[in-house]
Amino acid sequence: MAKELLVGNVAIAEAAIRAGVEAFFGYPITPQTELLEHMAGRMPELGRVFLQAESEVAAINMVYGAACAGARVMTSSSGPGISLMQEGLSYIAISEVPVVVVDVMRGGPGLGNIQPAQGDYNQVTKTAGHGDSRSIVLAPSSVQEAADLTGLAFDLAEKYRTIVIVAGDGMIGQMMEPAELPPMKSLPATRPDWAVTGAKGRLKNVITSVFLDAEVMEAINWRLKAKLDRIQAEEVRCELTLVDDAEILIVAFGSAARITKTAIREAREQGIRAGMLRPITLLPFPSTAIEELLDRVQTVLVVEMNTGQMVDDVRLAVQGRAPVHLYGRPGGSVPVPDEILDVIMSLRA
Amino acid sequence: MKQQWEERVVYQRPRALASVSTGYCPGCTHGLIHKLIAEAIDDLGIQETTIAVAPVGCALFLTDYLEVDGVMAAHGRAPAMATGIKRVEPDKVVFTYQGDGDLASIGMAEIVWAAARGENITVFFVNNAIYGMTGGQMAPTSLPGQITTSSPRGRDVETMGMPVRMAELLAGLPGAAYVVRRSVYDARTIKAARQAIRTAFRVQMEGVGFALVEFLSSCPTNWRLNPAQALEWIKEDMEPYYPLGDYKVSDIAKQLQ
Repeated sequence: MAKELLVGNVAIAEAAIRAGVEAFFGYPITPQTELLEHMAGRMPELGRVFLQAESEVAAINMVYGAACAGARVMTSSSGPGISLMQEGLSYIAISEVPVVVVDVMRGGPGLGNIQPAQGDYNQVTKTAGHGDSRSIVLAPSSVQEAADLTGLAFDLAEKYRTIVIVAGDGMIGQMMEPAELPPMKSLPATRPDWAVTGAKGRLKNVITSVFLDAEVMEAINWRLKAKLDRIQAEEVRCELTLVDDAEILIVAFGSAARITKTAIREAREQGIRAGMLRPITLLPFPSTAIEELLDRVQTVLVVEMNTGQMVDDVRLAVQGRAPVHLYGRPGGSVPVPDEILDVIMSLRA
Repeated sequence: MKQQWEERVVYQRPRALASVSTGYCPGCTHGLIHKLIAEAIDDLGIQETTIAVAPVGCALFLTDYLEVDGVMAAHGRAPAMATGIKRVEPDKVVFTYQGDGDLASIGMAEIVWAAARGENITVFFVNNAIYGMTGGQMAPTSLPGQITTSSPRGRDVETMGMPVRMAELLAGLPGAAYVVRRSVYDARTIKAARQAIRTAFRVQMEGVGFALVEFLSSCPTNWRLNPAQALEWIKEDMEPYYPLGDYKVSDIAKQLQ
């Protein structure tokens, strides 16, 4: 397949369609709306389900229902809508049905603005709603990667029967880049055996989140935790740039990583041995990969488009073995390479 | 010796009703409504194609009591969840079973929009004018002056407004094909409820659109009445404010009655 010039949101939508998504339920919100609009056109054309819900609350519960019926299903939103979806995510998490959610992050808190931001890091990585569970979180830093990770999201969601969140931002969602889309996958011929599709020729299937017996509930929590541990062991993904001789290690994801890459190139031109670790999976977080670089690294810098969220995870990985600095630009402000370069220079001084 | 009589089964537990004891209080009419639904599922031959969506509230263990596939929704979200199921399994029979707190308070948006879309699902709405599971708080449908644990001086309509009449409200939406109110306080009302449940399923099976049966139901425990008094209270106190009747029966639905 040839590369084509694609808007990030459209690339995600089309990649999901080619990954065999059967149903999309969503609600308009900038800067993800092109994703929903693409689905509105394409899904009915393919005989699949598109429904604009009355709210994000309804959208995530429609997703929950369709997932319980065993359909490959997704929704997309941005920070304010993801907040509303937290309730549904909690129910989905304990039900262990596969669901893909796209969060095209914007400036917050509150209504904030529609500029690119990474302020939802904690919201998507630390919990799936109330209770005690987490989702897999994938963070693309280009349109191509947004498309690729969307396909991966469905694979992981079904492999682990879990929520997978593709956490982009307004920049990834809105910009155009050449990207190659995957070939069209066929839809699954049958529903999984756990799905609620009518108890024909078998005992009834029930999907519920109420377990009044604390011991039963505890056991379920531990089962979810064991799954998380397996995900942590098997699914970590990160990209390393010029880390072999790096004295300054920069950790950044998504759009911030993209900008940081330019700053690193400029730093190298000035003889500064800077390198970058870019988490592709925000959960599972690449803690071990960071730890393995600490023998040579003297300083760690975290660059993120918020007031410092991922930096907590980096500090846990570093465990005091090197100073960890933060350069954050919250609220929809996007750093330029020169300001990151200035920070790198100041750290060397 | 030749047998002189013929054995004929005139009544038995519906196949779709699980052989378990329910957790409902004595005199509560949830169990009766469950049984009527199970009988309809049997008689319509849809046990293998039905998917139940249980609510948050006293009926949250509905999936234990019916022998059909089922899910339990978040509080008030059953119509959204049923929408998701029905859209990907359009040939199946999907129904929600919701109480008044679930449907008329926290889930008001979801039920209104399911009806507005003409979502091809069936809704059984059990209105007992109180929050039962949490111990008797004021519901959106509690009557003016009704004493509950969160309205100890009686529902004050000056601050809380008048109770919401859901059947009337939803019947006003063009997407609603069949919206009726029934009760289960005596043989006559039970018979009418039984018929309405069948029609509400058939409306969905024929693809006609949104169908809802509201049941005026009892909660002796939280009403602080004995079971007989509770049935009387439905008739004497609830029914005047919530008249039984047909609020929307589309032309096609009429033929399915």
